[in-house]
Amino acid sequence: MKVLDIKLFRDVRRLWAQVLAVALVVGGGVATLVLAAGSHRSLEETRTAYYERYGFADVFAQVKRAPKALADRIGEIPGVAAVDTRIAKLALLDIPGFSAPASAQFVSLPDNGEQHLNRLYIRSGRLPEPGRSEEVVVNEPFARAHGFSEGARFSAILNGRKRELVIVGTALSPEFVYTVGPGDLMPDDRRYAIVWMSEKALAGVYDLDGAFSAVAVKLQPGASEREVVLRLDALLDAYGGQAAHGRKDQTSHAWLDHELDMLNNMSRTLPPIFLLVAAFLVNLTLTRLVALEREQIGLLKALGYSDGSIVLHYFKFVAFIVVIGIVLGGVAGTWLGLRVTALFGDFFHFPFLVFAKAPDLYLTAGALSAAAAAIGAFRALREVVKLPPAVAMQPPAPPVYRRLLPARIQLDRIVSQPTLMMIRNIARHPVRAAFTTLGMALATAILVVSLFTRDSMEHLIDVTYFLADRQDASIGFAEKRIANVVEQVNRLPGVLAAEPFREVPVRIRHGSIERRITISGRPAGADLRRIIDIDLRPVVLPETGLAISGMLAHILGVSPGETVELDLLEGARRTVTMPVVATVEDYFGIRGMMDIEALRKLMREAPVVNSVNLSLDGNRAEDFYAAVKSMPTVGGVALQRVSLANFRKTVALLVTTMASIYTGLAAVIAFGVVYNNARISLSERARELASLRVLGFTRGEVLRILLLELAILTAIAQPPGWLMGYGLAWVMKTNLAGELMRVRLVVEHSTYVVATSVVVLAAIASAAVIRERIDKLDLVAVLKTRD
Amino acid sequence: MSVPVFTAKALTKTYVSGEVMVHALNEVDLGIAEKEVVVLLGPSGSGKTTLLNIMGGLDRPTSGRLFFRDLDLTDLEDRELTKYRRDHVGFVFQFYNLVPSLTAYENVALVTEVARNPMRPADALALVGLEERMHHFPAQLSGGEQQRVAIARAIAKRPAVLLCDEPTGALDSKTGIRVIEVLLGVNRQLGTTTVIITHNASIQEVADRVLFFADGRISRIQTNEARREAAELTW
Repeated sequence: MKVLDIKLFRDVRRLWAQVLAVALVVGGGVATLVLAAGSHRSLEETRTAYYERYGFADVFAQVKRAPKALADRIGEIPGVAAVDTRIAKLALLDIPGFSAPASAQFVSLPDNGEQHLNRLYIRSGRLPEPGRSEEVVVNEPFARAHGFSEGARFSAILNGRKRELVIVGTALSPEFVYTVGPGDLMPDDRRYAIVWMSEKALAGVYDLDGAFSAVAVKLQPGASEREVVLRLDALLDAYGGQAAHGRKDQTSHAWLDHELDMLNNMSRTLPPIFLLVAAFLVNLTLTRLVALEREQIGLLKALGYSDGSIVLHYFKFVAFIVVIGIVLGGVAGTWLGLRVTALFGDFFHFPFLVFAKAPDLYLTAGALSAAAAAIGAFRALREVVKLPPAVAMQPPAPPVYRRLLPARIQLDRIVSQPTLMMIRNIARHPVRAAFTTLGMALATAILVVSLFTRDSMEHLIDVTYFLADRQDASIGFAEKRIANVVEQVNRLPGVLAAEPFREVPVRIRHGSIERRITISGRPAGADLRRIIDIDLRPVVLPETGLAISGMLAHILGVSPGETVELDLLEGARRTVTMPVVATVEDYFGIRGMMDIEALRKLMREAPVVNSVNLSLDGNRAEDFYAAVKSMPTVGGVALQRVSLANFRKTVALLVTTMASIYTGLAAVIAFGVVYNNARISLSERARELASLRVLGFTRGEVLRILLLELAILTAIAQPPGWLMGYGLAWVMKTNLAGELMRVRLVVEHSTYVVATSVVVLAAIASAAVIRERIDKLDLVAVLKTRD
Repeated sequence: MSVPVFTAKALTKTYVSGEVMVHALNEVDLGIAEKEVVVLLGPSGSGKTTLLNIMGGLDRPTSGRLFFRDLDLTDLEDRELTKYRRDHVGFVFQFYNLVPSLTAYENVALVTEVARNPMRPADALALVGLEERMHHFPAQLSGGEQQRVAIARAIAKRPAVLLCDEPTGALDSKTGIRVIEVLLGVNRQLGTTTVIITHNASIQEVADRVLFFADGRISRIQTNEARREAAELTW
């Protein structure tokens, strides 16, 4: 091995703490990228594989009742590859020992032959025997939530009649990855089930022999979804078809998409920020570290080493650090990525996981870090290498310090000499001080951006659950009911107030952009479910006109006062134009809202409702549950408090877990930055500080001179750090905003406090390490050598 | 005297230190012969080190000419100066300037690896009497030993000239005499032209010639008819 390389390894060993600290910063940046992009890619590939292997359909439609013979005609639509017709019905469940109302989506299984599409992945047991009306397969999460295994029994109210069912198997389906009950926001495995039954049996119950109520279609590659949807609608129209839709409007797929999107956006937003911050910090640190080698560089030149070989030597040093960082970051990122993938895979109940390999990510992260480090080293080398060796071997000429204020103002009367030294030192190296401050500000900023999601989520909960949707429960009917059902619900035990809700599916269009949404009609003065505007004040709906989600207004590019086109997808199926009168601050989904009476007139129908929102007497909940279960027309009951608990559980997984990981990595980076900064300051000023010791300064006083600067710069760095953190949080919030869910940018004071505390703790820990170094400062050696 | 190794003509160096303009060398004319031992004497700031640095290719003159044999050092590019140093010059510094992370042997090897016709590092260390301690790190060696490692490092490439800046400046007299002994031994055995800067007037007695410096000029030249041995020195 070459002697220079031996020097390299010994230098690395001598500087191991700093090498490690810089490597940690590099590693933090690399880990975030590998973790976020890796886990997203794995989940994405898992989903794709799941969909492919189990034949997830592309287009879905519901009808009232259509003859099975129609399936052939659907199959003849150009672009259609496969068709599955089935019976799908919502029904209430009655589960022994479980008082809260639960509901289920019942889906038929073909009695002869296999499912073509949306095939089941049987987890245990078997499929129901054809025609056996009591045998069912349930989705595994539901079975697990209740501790059900094969042979377990529960009841369902099917077509108004209570029937006892027996579980013969559990299964997963690509169609029901994310299972959200009617009227609910979040999955609740205890209260919402997917139940598969023999087609013959289900047809018998619902009087649908030889008919179907739902159809799923697989498209040929390259076929136009829109074209197929239009033709399918035309075919099904006569049989009470509701507008067909693609995967985008299929609940499970849409939510899964949203979650993966969120993960993807997180991985596109945070890691690049982390990586860039890390690269910048590595650049800064290595510039100073290499600059410290000035005398050795001069010596090597004096000994006849060429500039090229010296530059190469220090590049190797830097490369060594970066490689350690990339390896550390790669290992940590991969490990975290696998954990996150498994965590999400479990949450989605994927039957298997595909772990995507991502060599390109390592390369990207590695190359960026390496380039930043190399540029940092080069900046320092360029300065030193161009010096004649005789000059390089000497310490730099004393820098020119200036009086900060006119001579007649005696600054030293105001502040002590050590403080004066500190102030002059900052003033002498304003660029370095600025960069150091910027580095620490960035450390604070990435902490803020890691932590703020919690604040925004709390705000979302406040607005959604406590300002807007204040009902305790809502009852959804399997079919729309005439309006006097409200009186009936009002008489149920425990009900304090009831508000009707009418929901109509529509296509909303502005210019060339259209979306499929639901318009909810709500009574004037509705007090349980309220509409909240951007200033968080309740909005009173005008007697005509439409209010829409702010997000929808943004998507359509429409503002209040403009008009939109609506295709009513129920009843007479008319197309109408309607003015938008208000935009609404909501965080879930995109939707429209109207006065219930105005909506009735628009639909040209008698007063009808789809659901009723309730205020409940908490003490009589059990009575209410029992009563509602005996109502044959009820399709499902949503409970707000349970929904909120589920939301917190889900959010805890999706957001808090990721935020915690990012916060941890941000803390590592912050420590690396602060430690390096303090450590290099010590090296740069070792001689000066040792001289002070020789002059009779105590260790404490010397430490104070060094740390005072660190403390001041750390303090100065905080406000810009908060500001940058807020800016980055805005970028992230904007990137995360989706049609299914979004947040408002809220950063609580406590978040800034936590971010700053982490940086301050890193500074204190660094100070402790530096203190040991100062205690060990060899006065004679420092003063004797060089100079 | 045979062919001059160095020929200086009106060599001048001025530089700016902080906010002060310094005339380090002021039109110096000089010739140094092969195998000669020359001692430069004079107070701090009189220009000795500046001359040595320019002769060693570590620095450039502001004006004037300096020839190494018939090579004009004045106009050389950085790359050519590096080659000149690598091939012809050995340095010994006051504070040894060893690489602390390398052993004595490795410090010497640092030079032999890039030299054209080096001796083996062990041989160079044997020449300075350090064969027993060649695997020690600088921190494990005394000041005199470190300086001998520096000399071994300087001579290992068989340089034409050995330039020594205060080689005994950080050493006690006994150790200093040992170091001078080593330098003279090298001069004798290898015929290396040797230039020694010192504050120590006693050392002049070992030289062929002594150049006295003051204010950036050579104020006086003294030629010794007979060089004394290092062992005869005291200070």
